[in-house]
Amino acid sequence: MTVAGPLAHAGHGAAGPSWFPLFPVALLAVGYVLAAVRDPRGWDHRRTASWLVGCALLAVAVGPLAQLPDNPSGHMAQHLLLGMLAPLGLVLAAPVTLLLRIAPPPVRRAVGRLLRARPLHLLAHPFTATLLTTGGLALVLLTPLYAAAERQPVLHHAVHLHYLAAGYLFAWSLAGPDPAPRRPGLAVRVGALLAASAGHAVLAKYLYAKAETLPPGLTDRDPDAFRSAAQLMYYGGDLAELLLAAALFAAWYHSRRPRPRPSPPPPPSPSPSPPPLIKKFASPEGGSLTQTS
Amino acid sequence: MVDSSLSRPRSVDVRSSTLVGVLIGIAIMAAVDEIVFHQLLAWHHFYDRSTPTVALLSDGLLHAAELIILVGGFFWFADLRRRRALSNRLAWGGFLLGAGGFQVFDGVVDHKVLRLHQIRYGVHLLPYDVLWIASGAVLLLAGAGVVRWARSRRPDSGPR
Repeated sequence: MTVAGPLAHAGHGAAGPSWFPLFPVALLAVGYVLAAVRDPRGWDHRRTASWLVGCALLAVAVGPLAQLPDNPSGHMAQHLLLGMLAPLGLVLAAPVTLLLRIAPPPVRRAVGRLLRARPLHLLAHPFTATLLTTGGLALVLLTPLYAAAERQPVLHHAVHLHYLAAGYLFAWSLAGPDPAPRRPGLAVRVGALLAASAGHAVLAKYLYAKAETLPPGLTDRDPDAFRSAAQLMYYGGDLAELLLAAALFAAWYHSRRPRPRPSPPPPPSPSPSPPPLIKKFASPEGGSLTQTS
Repeated sequence: MVDSSLSRPRSVDVRSSTLVGVLIGIAIMAAVDEIVFHQLLAWHHFYDRSTPTVALLSDGLLHAAELIILVGGFFWFADLRRRRALSNRLAWGGFLLGAGGFQVFDGVVDHKVLRLHQIRYGVHLLPYDVLWIASGAVLLLAGAGVVRWARSRRPDSGPR
């Protein structure tokens, strides 16, 4: 069950790749495709592709398909895939919009109520999401949580689930095409992206600098392995930041497109205009970078 | 590219055109620094033992800001173009200003004041520092010249 790599720890039960985590991923992929096919107005294929890419990245991260090495770099790659790259693909696929399109009215009303709930607005605020992603990562890497998760499979899976959920929340709060009532303006979201990225970069360099003692509580440690993991974290974080910034500003650019006639959407943007139910929640997209005109 | 002067002339946004150039200039110069000196030449170090923690913080913040500025700058540039509010000359002037400004800032504040890292290790530093800061100052002056020249003429968005 465990990979007999040169760095495999004794009693490192959680890292053994099994086929089990692939089932929920496959369920997500199949469920989305079935829903997209049922959409009466025709679902944008690019969204479906984005969802499937996200699912594929999840599968790589958790499954035995592409076996990630059982060392700090392998764990870091898992973190990058689960917490940063896969969530962006999933978020850009607008699964809630799809659900609202195909679900019966009672479900739609329930989703609408949920989206109007105050606690959700608080949770989905970009800075709350920043705290959950980057703060959660700091908690794992700077406390004995990392060492504990190496020993206990349940904790290991819980940490991975947290990476995914927090990453999804973060990407949605910044750049999600799904309805997001009371979403703050562009400046706040860019500020949150800056804070999260800077925190991630500082954390990576700090780990690099303190590889002899961090993460704490490990019985056998290989500082060089943690240094290369820290570098992977730094540059992988850059990639995720780049993609997220592109998604964020592309949404802003799209929202500012000139509309000559109000009725039909222009042909170069075939992404479907949101149905009326969603329009009610749609955030005032963006604001502007400057007030000059 | 030339069609804007033929169709009805929209007002050129002088401030935004310059500022977007400055932003892209800063980000491009930072990226060049990162790619050429860190990755290709490996003159700079990923982390310098003497770097204090506060400097690490500012370094991370700058690094994160550079990427966001690069992406945001390009989308803003595209938006100005789409609205025909872009003056290419001003944007180029701003680009030189931003690139030179970053170079000087990096040479003076990052290398000398904060001592984040040095240009190269194990060599006599003075000629490197002088060359680094002087090249930044030349870019800065060139940018200021281009912006002045572009503002003195009737601002239009001719090619280049």
